[in-house]
Amino acid sequence: MNHDNYSPEYIRNVLQDVKAVALVGASANTVRPSYFVMKYLIEKGYTVYPVNPGLAGQKLLGQKVYATLADIPVSIDMIDIFRNSEAALEVTKEALQLATKPKVIWMQLQVRNDEAAELAEAAGMRVVMNRCPKMEYGKLSGEWGWVGGNSGVISSKRQSLHENGRVQSLGLGTRTKPSL
Amino acid sequence: MKNEEIDNIMTHGFETLAIHAGTAPDPATGARVTPIYQTTAYVFNDAQHAADLFALRAFGNIYTRLMNPTTSALEGKVAALEGGTAALAVASGHSAQLLAFHTMMQPGDEFIAARQLYGGSINQFNHSFKSFGWHVKWADAEDISTFEKALSPKTKAIFIESVCNPGGRITDIEAIAAIAKKAGVPLIVDNTLATPYLCNPFKHGANIVLHSLTKFMGGHGNSMGGVIVDGGNFDWSASGKYPLLSEPNDSYHGLKLHETFGGIAFAIACRVLGLRDLGPAIAPMNSFLILTGLETLALRMEKHCANTLEVANWLSKHKNVAWVNYAGLKDDKHHKLAQKYAPKGAGAVFTFGLKGGYDAGVSVVSKVKLFSHLANIGDTRSLIIHPSSTTHSQLTQDQQIKAGAGPDVVRLSIGIEDAKDIIADLEQALG
Repeated sequence: MNHDNYSPEYIRNVLQDVKAVALVGASANTVRPSYFVMKYLIEKGYTVYPVNPGLAGQKLLGQKVYATLADIPVSIDMIDIFRNSEAALEVTKEALQLATKPKVIWMQLQVRNDEAAELAEAAGMRVVMNRCPKMEYGKLSGEWGWVGGNSGVISSKRQSLHENGRVQSLGLGTRTKPSL
Repeated sequence: MKNEEIDNIMTHGFETLAIHAGTAPDPATGARVTPIYQTTAYVFNDAQHAADLFALRAFGNIYTRLMNPTTSALEGKVAALEGGTAALAVASGHSAQLLAFHTMMQPGDEFIAARQLYGGSINQFNHSFKSFGWHVKWADAEDISTFEKALSPKTKAIFIESVCNPGGRITDIEAIAAIAKKAGVPLIVDNTLATPYLCNPFKHGANIVLHSLTKFMGGHGNSMGGVIVDGGNFDWSASGKYPLLSEPNDSYHGLKLHETFGGIAFAIACRVLGLRDLGPAIAPMNSFLILTGLETLALRMEKHCANTLEVANWLSKHKNVAWVNYAGLKDDKHHKLAQKYAPKGAGAVFTFGLKGGYDAGVSVVSKVKLFSHLANIGDTRSLIIHPSSTTHSQLTQDQQIKAGAGPDVVRLSIGIEDAKDIIADLEQALG
């Protein structure tokens, strides 16, 4: 798998295939990118489980914060890693120990660990590195265009309004059949 | 710096992007052509949504001074055509320059600009920018070493035009990009005369591309507009020299724009700081007209360039013409650079000199019947002007000559009429 480039189809598949997301490195600081992303993913219909040992037991955006991945009582589809590139390896190893292995390991913008990616892929997981799920969701839905962004998506199909029914909220359309 | 993300997604041809990029069918109505969203404001879902939009936590529209769906479509299209990560469209090319520098400069800072620039830019840099404490240091695009010599610890950016107005010179973008990179400052390229169809400054090391959309991009002489395109390829946090991007911003509760917005941080900063506070918003109607113009950019530029080459060739043989500056001509001193940076054509704006000097220049602009005598370029119509009595009249004669706009100089912007008719008009006017 080439991790320098991802096709829009690959990213769309990942974002439509997951529902429960563990966000490792969640922050209660409302101007941090991890807070923005958590809030956005919740609004787009994902269930987000924040992980941060320093905030364990507290509530963040209405969700209970867990100290470790292993503490989350449900199975997780995707781990979103808001830690540095080195720490991403430990988080990936923890993910591999979970009773139900997640489908996707996602590392945020500026976060890349190829060793972790190889481990995860060898275990049948999909990997996205050095990307932000909020930005990628925005590019695929069309919301990225609202800030003048170049989405890279060329399509003559109408963009989908999000099923949450809110104004100014676009979605990814009908979920494709899970591929894993 | 390579922007892999953008390289990857730019898989469609230029003409396809010109028609489709940024302009998918309208999500609300299914309208195939982007509607003119003639509204000042947008309703919120609830108070929390409003707060999220104001705090930049959510994508979305608040107020047309900041963003508008018709204008967003234009921004997405221009960003795709230039191969940038994002764009911000504003009221004019001049306001694009104002916002780009506002995002980088603090009072007392300096930037380096090639002296081969549009006269209006020279005025803006010399006079209005000075009153903000932003100091321009002039360099000579004909002598690259002058850029290095002008560098100082206060330098925040280097500014050039790809194809220069009015002289039609071609700038060695890569050589100047190398100097900017070494100095750790961004290279800003005004690509107005070339358009992305003829030249792609990001491929040659530019970090920010600006346009007056009023010219060839819109192309029909009907709408003012400007745009800032973010290359997403400059590290705004590395040096600490760009605090608006790298440091916590008080007006957004301590948000760091570069950290939060990554590869589109510059375009976002120009919007949420510069456009928010200085206010030169483009009208949605203008965005619509420019969007329509952009769909035919490739076709128009091909015809503009073909006509221009024909006219320049004809003029170079005329008895009353002392010289022709057009980099598309084989024996022009910028022809090699044109082949490298604008291989499909050297644009449609060039100058020529009259043996009769200032008076002959004034005579030609009065005698033309098809050419319009006016202060614009990049229209479907052929345009003519005598810079030293108009666009460059506020400069000294020495500055005029250095800018390629001496008293004997006539500037043409060749339109897409029949080349035969363009030449016939010049023939009767030159006498």
